[in-house]
Amino acid sequence: MSTELSCEQPTEQARSQIGIGLLAYFLLGIGFGITLTKSEVISWFRIQEMFRFQSPRMYEIIGSAVVVAAISVALIKKLGLKTVSGEPITIPPKNLGHGIRYAVGGTIFGLGWALTGACPAPLFALLGNGVTVMIVAIGSALAGTWLYGFLRPKLPH
Amino acid sequence: MVASIASPWPWYLAGPVIGLFVPALLILGNKMFGVSSNLRHLCSAILPGKLDYFRYDWKRTGLWNLLFVAGILVGGFLASHWEGTQYVAISGQTRFALTRLGIHDFFGLAPRELFTWSALLTLKGFVCVILGGFLVGFGTAYAGGCTSGHAISGLADLQLSSLIAVVGFFAGGLVATYFILPLLF
Repeated sequence: MSTELSCEQPTEQARSQIGIGLLAYFLLGIGFGITLTKSEVISWFRIQEMFRFQSPRMYEIIGSAVVVAAISVALIKKLGLKTVSGEPITIPPKNLGHGIRYAVGGTIFGLGWALTGACPAPLFALLGNGVTVMIVAIGSALAGTWLYGFLRPKLPH
Repeated sequence: MVASIASPWPWYLAGPVIGLFVPALLILGNKMFGVSSNLRHLCSAILPGKLDYFRYDWKRTGLWNLLFVAGILVGGFLASHWEGTQYVAISGQTRFALTRLGIHDFFGLAPRELFTWSALLTLKGFVCVILGGFLVGFGTAYAGGCTSGHAISGLADLQLSSLIAVVGFFAGGLVATYFILPLLF
């Protein structure tokens, strides 16, 4: 029955596959939002504790996240793993250029990170946690991103 | 067991779980874990203007990531209703330093003296929410990534550019913590 359907309506089947794929990202996002909240990395207090070097907690969290991610990436490359749909996994290298964009952009972001106590993912997680004023921070983050897009041709990279 | 899952996760659970989102997204669809590009996708969807930076097919490139972010919001909501954070157990030193700075309300994830609608009209609320958010948006776009894209995905892939960005994150964060915040109280 299902084979018959898919033969008759291949586009619809393809569409529903894309839909299921997109649903998977949404579900992963839910898992990430729960993780960010339960680990308290979205807390302004924790970010202050980190920038004041008064607890190893944030460094332990970020450090172990990087180690686990690095081992996973190395394994994926070494074993030549493919995606669930069979595509090859490719990680494009970042273009270093002069490095100015990373140093200057990174510093500007760091200023904002310490003031809001949140990087982009936590802004959304905090909104979900009921810190509704963060919608304003997201709005001004969009304004900041837009201004970058506007100034981009004139900025050193 | 339920209580231990519900209470704040220890670092050795939180960190590795966060790290596993990198291979999960790669294996699910060859996607790089990185949240700040959603700000670009949203600009592209809402107000691309005539700017090259925003003129691309955001649905094709970024719909998966926008759904990921929508999930983050829902996940935050679910976690807060599961067992909301009462007080974050920061170190005594930090509590002391913040009290000296002028923070007195330690309830919740973020101090209500800064992160409420009424605080927006004060200098410190304006700087922390509006200016801070603006710098997050401008800085991540300029640097091409945030904590997820550079500090986690980028460092995990041993990218030098990400290391430079992370040094910048800390330089900026220290300046804001030690030189800007004290001016606001």
